[in-house]
Amino acid sequence: MNRKTLAITGGAILLLVLPLLAALLDEPYLVTLFSRILIYALAAVSLDLMLGFGGMVSLGHAAFFGVGAYAVCILSVHGFEGTPVLTWPFTVGGHESALLLWPLAVLLAALAAAVIGALSLRTSGMHFIMITLAFAQMLYYFFVSLETYGGDDGMSLFARNTMPGVDLADDRQFYYLCLAVLATFLFLAHRLVNSRFGMVVRGCKENERRMKTLGFPTFRYRLVCFVIAGAGAGLAGALITNQTEYVSPGLLHWTRSGEILVMVLLGGMGTLFGPVLGAAALLLMEEMLSIYTEHWMIYLGPFLILVVLFAKRGIYGWIAGGTGNHG
Amino acid sequence: MGKRLLVVVVALAVLAAVPVMAMEPVKIGMITTLSTKAGYLGEEIRDGFQLAIDQEDGKLGGVPVELLVDDDGRKPEKAKQIADRFIKRDKVKILTGIVFSNVAIAVVPKVVRQDVIYVSPNAGPSLLAGKGCHANYFNVAYQNDNLDEVVGKYVTEAGFKNVYLLAPNYPAGKDHLAGFKRYYKGNIAGEVYTKLGQSDYAAEIAALRAAKPDAVFFFLPGGMGINFLKQYAQAGLNQTIPVFGPAFSFDERLLQAVKDAALGVKNGSQWSHDLDNPANRQFVAAFRKAYGRTPTLYASQGYDAARLLGSALKQVDGDVTKTDALREAIRKADFPTVRGQFAFAPNQHPVQDLYIREVVKGADGKYTNKTLEAVFTDHSNVYVEECKMK
Amino acid sequence: MLLFVEQILNGLQLGIMLFLMSAGLTLVFGIMQVINLAHGSFYMIGAYVGATVTAQTGSFVLGCLAALPAAALTGMVVEILVLRRLYERDHLDQVLATFGLIMFFNELTRIVWGRQPLFMDVPAWLAGSVELIPGVPYPSYRIAVIAVGILVGVLLYLLFTRTRTGMQIRAGASNREMAGALGVNIRLLYTLVFGLGTLLAGLAGVMAGPILAVESGMGESILILTFVVIVIGGIGSIRGALAGALLVGLVDTLGRAFLPLLLRLFFSPAYADGVAASLASMSVYLLMAAVLVWRPRGLLPAHG
Repeated sequence: MNRKTLAITGGAILLLVLPLLAALLDEPYLVTLFSRILIYALAAVSLDLMLGFGGMVSLGHAAFFGVGAYAVCILSVHGFEGTPVLTWPFTVGGHESALLLWPLAVLLAALAAAVIGALSLRTSGMHFIMITLAFAQMLYYFFVSLETYGGDDGMSLFARNTMPGVDLADDRQFYYLCLAVLATFLFLAHRLVNSRFGMVVRGCKENERRMKTLGFPTFRYRLVCFVIAGAGAGLAGALITNQTEYVSPGLLHWTRSGEILVMVLLGGMGTLFGPVLGAAALLLMEEMLSIYTEHWMIYLGPFLILVVLFAKRGIYGWIAGGTGNHG
Repeated sequence: MGKRLLVVVVALAVLAAVPVMAMEPVKIGMITTLSTKAGYLGEEIRDGFQLAIDQEDGKLGGVPVELLVDDDGRKPEKAKQIADRFIKRDKVKILTGIVFSNVAIAVVPKVVRQDVIYVSPNAGPSLLAGKGCHANYFNVAYQNDNLDEVVGKYVTEAGFKNVYLLAPNYPAGKDHLAGFKRYYKGNIAGEVYTKLGQSDYAAEIAALRAAKPDAVFFFLPGGMGINFLKQYAQAGLNQTIPVFGPAFSFDERLLQAVKDAALGVKNGSQWSHDLDNPANRQFVAAFRKAYGRTPTLYASQGYDAARLLGSALKQVDGDVTKTDALREAIRKADFPTVRGQFAFAPNQHPVQDLYIREVVKGADGKYTNKTLEAVFTDHSNVYVEECKMK
Repeated sequence: MLLFVEQILNGLQLGIMLFLMSAGLTLVFGIMQVINLAHGSFYMIGAYVGATVTAQTGSFVLGCLAALPAAALTGMVVEILVLRRLYERDHLDQVLATFGLIMFFNELTRIVWGRQPLFMDVPAWLAGSVELIPGVPYPSYRIAVIAVGILVGVLLYLLFTRTRTGMQIRAGASNREMAGALGVNIRLLYTLVFGLGTLLAGLAGVMAGPILAVESGMGESILILTFVVIVIGGIGSIRGALAGALLVGLVDTLGRAFLPLLLRLFFSPAYADGVAASLASMSVYLLMAAVLVWRPRGLLPAHG
């Protein structure tokens, strides 16, 4: 067993027994904290799909996270109140079932990603970074002025969604659900990255012109990758709505996109498990530092710079050792 | 061998835990905003609260307390996370501290359902005063509309007939303007909603001048208010069209950043450092001594929150496990408030006097507020009727 | 009609302010190929130092004179310590490192200057207003901002077209190795360019000080607008920055001023105001999307 497999197995076991551990230590709070970590990990992995494998540096990933979160919250609240979401051109009612809402959130996030991606991917490099950023800000202001749904105040979910066989209101069951979702997403992402599609996208990152010469419609490949990443973030958004039972435009703010980026880099870009580690590291660090000092950002900022300068391969690279391979 | 060691450890742990529990101080969790631009608001609340504890040498109402403070960074989601940690890990039964209404809306409904008491030292959104009221939720500061209502009444009585309104385009902005309009009887020259966090108000000021109102009422909290006041004065309008607003843009710390541009502005508040009552004189002097600055509205609210809790802890002898008794004790509001008088309305928001203050330059060169008159006495709020408290 | 003229002036003034910010940023983008999110931090440093020195000495001019080197020196130190190591790396690393810098500087100002905003006022000699057009008094200070902006534009133009340093910078931008081989000290040159960029940001900060709240985090609200300006204008192009800044300033100001009136022709006032406020806050982003669909590289892209 090499270090990489060992690390992944160890991490998976830890995550599996975490609720038990929390009960043993009488720290039920750990379960909520780690649910949050798993959800952010999902968002970070989805970003890494386009960032680490597709080479598309987006500073607007939180937009899709927010779209997914809002979609679930708005529909659930209408479902709870029994009021229609739309009356024109056709009547759409609300709903509280996760099996219906979550795929819908993913779909809407993917749709948003398709529109934003189609426009943004006309550019590259620095233009791309700033355009994704600006689009995310546009959506941010859209939700701020969305008065019916709380505007800047955000809106609360009355109760978590319903799912047959799982009681989402139970923190432990919700935790395992998040874990299952993340594991499934990781598995699919792994298959995707190593598929023909993944090869092409990775090829685009290395040398887009060559891929084009080889006859691949690179724009379309990259757009699909962008949309898949957006959909993943939308799913994470659906989960975060249920975890915090609250959404606000703050979910789409550009600093949130920045945080997700930080998670990817901290954990190790271009690896699938790296972002999971990065999410855990960043959130735990924030949690610890803010207990000991109110000026925690003065430590976190330089720490990030040091990571960028000296630990390019992230935590995962450090743990797994060897050359930075994919998967 | 390993098993025996474990038994010993567990036994030791149990032994150690028993005496500790008997004398453990009551934990109070404070979730507040210390970072971001608005960080000084949380600092004021915390310092006011801490002052009350320090004055009793680590106790409130004779009961030893431990204040746990954490910064929510103005993010509702983070505040929820902290609340969760306080309740589950630290087994806190009393929470307080939230500065912003949107954060309160996110956190409060959930924590009060977990049999935890929440005492708000600032935010008083209409939702929590009306439909969303709860027996475990108390507001010791104000209902958000209060400070606008007082200005609305004052402006009407002062004979202004054509007022221009300005607020950011978000729910709180609309609520505050609604509060003003509830008691203002004249004509509205214009009602403008600006971008949240906007810095340049040149366009709005030009439109305002063209509308020729006889007064301006604005709600622009934090830096937005500073930007607006500075630019308004630079356009020379502060000499011709008087400005009114709720106290939020005129606390003693913000005023030092605006200075002359705010001179003469009349604002509505439930407290001022010059209110003449023994509790207040004592508080202002002690605060100045401890922190070297004049307390703001927010500090007074933090201080009152602490002393309100102190009065309740005293009645229940520091036993916070019986939520019912604690709740009853808080509801009595039997504490020496710095506002002179204070009671709870049925929706557990303050019934208090509301004042109009004027921004003046003090003898020491610092800019401060001078209380002009009490416009309302024993004023409650309109959401009492919506509140169906169980 | 007079109101319309005044609003155009307001738009121009906001545009000039944005130009001061974006000129520095686009220089760094265009010449060093480095993305710097912390540009707003230097704007903030300019404002804080300017406000402090003005308060201590009572002189706005001294405040400005202190703010410029403070921003420029901080910028050069940051360049030497951090950014210099990132030129060869991809943009992602630059984004993250400068994101860290934002956190650091925001918290630092809170520790050094406290949490409350600082005071800064217009100097007495610029406090009044001038009637450029009869019946429209316009604050002298804002006219001064416009003048400074135009002056900076002219100076930058002269620097790049008429001086040896300017030529070296352009040479370094178009072909780093070649310029190095010809004996240009590229390292020093880059440090100087970065310093120039942050100096401009500091200038924008200190000019904004009397108009805006001087507070921790003030750089981020203008930073995003600056990005929009640069993307619209074309990355690396000073002319583009000027065009983009004026366009964004005008669209933003006129949108806020006239959209409500326009929509009131079609809808009820309450509804129109709500929609107009929302549209106005998104107007510059919509503008940017439109420009990009039309010209993906911006209006006046830099060459090379």
